[in-house]
Amino acid sequence: MVESELIAKSKEYRQKILKYIVGANAGHTGGSLSCIDILNVLYNVVLNTRPENFASPDRDRYIQSKGHCVEALFVVLADKGFFPEEDLNTLCRYQSHYIGHPTRKVNGVEQNTGALGHGLPISVGTALAAKMDKRDYRVFTLLGDGELPEGSNWEAALTAAHYKLDNLCAILDKNSLQITGPTADVCNTDPVDEKFESFGWAVKHVDGHDLKAIKEAFESMPFEAGKPSLIIAHTVKGKGVSFMEHSVSWHHGVPNAEQYAQALEELSI
Amino acid sequence: MEHITTEVAKAAKPNLEVFSTTLQQLAAHDRDVVVVTSDSRGSGKLVPFGKKYPEQIVEIGIAEQNLVGVAAGLASTGKKTFAVSPACFLTARALEQIKNDVAYSDNAVKLIGISAGVSYGALGSTHHSLHDYAVLRAINNLTIVAPADNYETEQAILQASELGKPIYLRFGKKNMPLLTEDRANTFTLGKGRMIKAGKDLTFIATGETVYPALEAAGRLQRENGLDVSVVSMHTIKPLDTALLKERAEHTRAIITVEEHSVNGGLGEACAAYLLQNHHGKPFKIVGIPDEYTVTGSQVEILNHYGISETGLADTALALLNTIA
Ligand SMILES: Cc1ncc(C[n+]2csc(CCOP(=O)(O)OP(=O)(O)O)c2C)c(N)n1
Ligand SMILES: [Mg+2]
Repeated sequence: MVESELIAKSKEYRQKILKYIVGANAGHTGGSLSCIDILNVLYNVVLNTRPENFASPDRDRYIQSKGHCVEALFVVLADKGFFPEEDLNTLCRYQSHYIGHPTRKVNGVEQNTGALGHGLPISVGTALAAKMDKRDYRVFTLLGDGELPEGSNWEAALTAAHYKLDNLCAILDKNSLQITGPTADVCNTDPVDEKFESFGWAVKHVDGHDLKAIKEAFESMPFEAGKPSLIIAHTVKGKGVSFMEHSVSWHHGVPNAEQYAQALEELSI
Repeated sequence: MEHITTEVAKAAKPNLEVFSTTLQQLAAHDRDVVVVTSDSRGSGKLVPFGKKYPEQIVEIGIAEQNLVGVAAGLASTGKKTFAVSPACFLTARALEQIKNDVAYSDNAVKLIGISAGVSYGALGSTHHSLHDYAVLRAINNLTIVAPADNYETEQAILQASELGKPIYLRFGKKNMPLLTEDRANTFTLGKGRMIKAGKDLTFIATGETVYPALEAAGRLQRENGLDVSVVSMHTIKPLDTALLKERAEHTRAIITVEEHSVNGGLGEACAAYLLQNHHGKPFKIVGIPDEYTVTGSQVEILNHYGISETGLADTALALLNTIA
């Protein structure tokens, strides 16, 4: 997919994220908008995963550790044909499989996530299996920056380096906010690049909203042979909607009718 | 113990809110009262606490194991430490810290499980805590409490603060009406509260399910002329076996109610006591069955599994029919 098409996709995805959050009257707005450009590039450029090959042992895996931003994932999976988009009208409704976190009842979802700090260990196991079976698939996992203090992340980071999992790529959605406030005030993890490097990872920084830069980073994976790759994506929570950007209150805020209209207007430019 | 929040008697607020105001009043008189949070002060209604007593709140970040370990260390020095996190993460993620650092090492942490049961509704099973009574019951040296209403919440916090022993308290998010206006019907940890007497059947419920049990008892009275008793068994461990025995002797059947898996919770605790002490009675455990939990809001999930006024009334009639 060429860059202009990718840009159009991001716009469309952002509008749909808001549409379904408004429809469900629930959702993780800020963090879905911060990671959607990454998911766009992953599903439209990087992953070999398609509805047709989703049962194949050779498919690339995407495991969303920051499961609360499920709206971003569902919108992209619908666009890629994993299920009819109108299914999302049942998001968070009684007896719907489309709930507020990824579950494997939904076609295209690899793992049930939602409790933070689980995606990286599962991804390490999945990547390790590829090495054991000499398969070429790669494993991608998206982490939140507030999520990093979970100790399981650091345990898994050790394991990934120990087993030289250069088929593993973690993407850190560094939007610098969590629920209580700025991540730096809640539990500072900086300098996060040096921490991962000292654990044996190869690290790159990108602007997490620059589609070309994200694409190039993925295409240069593994950043170093024999090392797991970490992309630190510098993002803006609530990206694309002026009044949602950099704002803690939009972590799981749902726009009212007026705000939704304004957001759509901004996103259509 | 006397009321320090006198308004508690009037309004139906979420128990969590009463937890927060009670804690603020404790903190005002005692700088050893410390709250530990894991990016959870918003959901724990503790933002005002943090503003008023910034020296008495410790933010850990999203790291529940660390939260409980740090809380154990704080408590070991004599601080009245409240570790506050969603019940699902607190009692699953940090279970080993609870078992070893709190219970086994006997550090008197007050573990506060917020948004418990299926309070998180459509966020799904990662966020539900339907296992907490079961896993914690199997750990020695830990009191387990699920207050039903605002009064029980206030009293539970005050008594927990003075207990000097590890304790787990579980709260939901919805507004909880008072079970009774009777001031003489006081709350004591470890002693069930008889909310309504009755000879036909007894609901033994805990936490936020006591209220629908009380509504069901009212409905059974109105529509079926049945005289149904309701007990708030707020303390699941140690269980008030004297009250259980008394109810078994004075009613024809027992139904337990909990916002928890039917496995290993209040119901099985009651069943084990009754059967082993020869008080066998027609008996039914109402809770969340052992299946992939239905999706939906908290109310939809509870209604689906019959944890509601009508659902509980139907269950009572069905049970009484078997012994008619
Ligand atoms: C183990 C665990 N603890 C707590 C939570 C509750 N929770 C959901 S999202 C969130 C904040 C996440 O912040 P971050 O990782 O920075 O995500 P983002 O900013 O991308 O939304 C918290 C505390 C959770 N889902 N899992
Ligand atoms: Mg963040």
